[in-house]
Amino acid sequence: MRAAALFDYACRLGDDSLILGQRLSEWCGHAPMLELDLSLANIGLDLIGQATHFLKLAGDAEGEGRDEDKLAFHRDVLDFRNCLLVEQPNGDFAQTIARQFLFSNYQELLFRQLCASTNPTIAAIAAKAVKEVAYHSRLADEWMVRLGDGTAESRARVVEGLDWMWRFADELFELDAAIEPLVESGIACDVRKLRPEWDARIARVLKDATLEAPKARRGVNGGRVGRHSEHLGHLLSEMQFLQRAYPDSQW
Amino acid sequence: MSKNWPLWEVFIRAKNGLSHRHAGSVHAADPRMALEAARDTYTRRMEGVSLWVVPSASIVASDPGDSGELFEPAADKIYRHPTFYSIPENVKNI
Repeated sequence: MRAAALFDYACRLGDDSLILGQRLSEWCGHAPMLELDLSLANIGLDLIGQATHFLKLAGDAEGEGRDEDKLAFHRDVLDFRNCLLVEQPNGDFAQTIARQFLFSNYQELLFRQLCASTNPTIAAIAAKAVKEVAYHSRLADEWMVRLGDGTAESRARVVEGLDWMWRFADELFELDAAIEPLVESGIACDVRKLRPEWDARIARVLKDATLEAPKARRGVNGGRVGRHSEHLGHLLSEMQFLQRAYPDSQW
Repeated sequence: MSKNWPLWEVFIRAKNGLSHRHAGSVHAADPRMALEAARDTYTRRMEGVSLWVVPSASIVASDPGDSGELFEPAADKIYRHPTFYSIPENVKNI
């Protein structure tokens, strides 16, 4: 029971990082500037590194011989446990930044808490990753300000991007019955408690960016139990193609 | 759009005690963006512990046409090199 919950939790953590890392890698060679190309690819690589560790932990917890590659490349859409926010399409640069802004600020607060997880592997991964993520949120915060307080065009684009991404924020802070036992034993973080600080951070940056928070609307959820948007399937078809076509091939 | 972003020169200190050395340049719209672009472009493989970025336009360079009067007079001043001292054997780095 406990092993199943840990598998689920490690998949959630790992899939968030994996899917967003894959999304960011789509910018490779397409970003508006060479410097931004590198910057987005760097963030993507950090995230894929985190995913490798979390999915290895998931595989070990499950105990059925699936390693991190098996979990990344041989699961289908319904078995992914990432939040809906990270699978949203890149859109333009402003939309990508809006997604990163919401997610990295959440992930930084989350990993800060997970540094004290009673599961030593989770604590170790979080301790390493929290520095990476602090940089991601700093980068995204600054870009929100540049775009929001920039030109009429950059502002219009970031308003639109934020408006789209905003509806997926509530899901980040939901705790369901599957994870509750892990919270009680100090392995998982009670994400509900992160919300006030996240709200304050987001509000501070939006103020600097001269932007207003989008109107509250009913949040969309389901990613944590495998109900995904249509976008994830397309993402996986590209990410998993090689391993699906040539199983276990290596280079 | 990209051609409107100014150029910045990047200097990296490889480790404490060494001086910053020129590593290359990046395009950026403001100082923080320049610092982050430099970090993402030039320090991905543990190249440094400290970064400087300087607007390229702030650098005053010598004119290659002046190199005769600036540098060539040093060529025959061999006595300015500290090569006439005998170095004790137990001194490894000098």
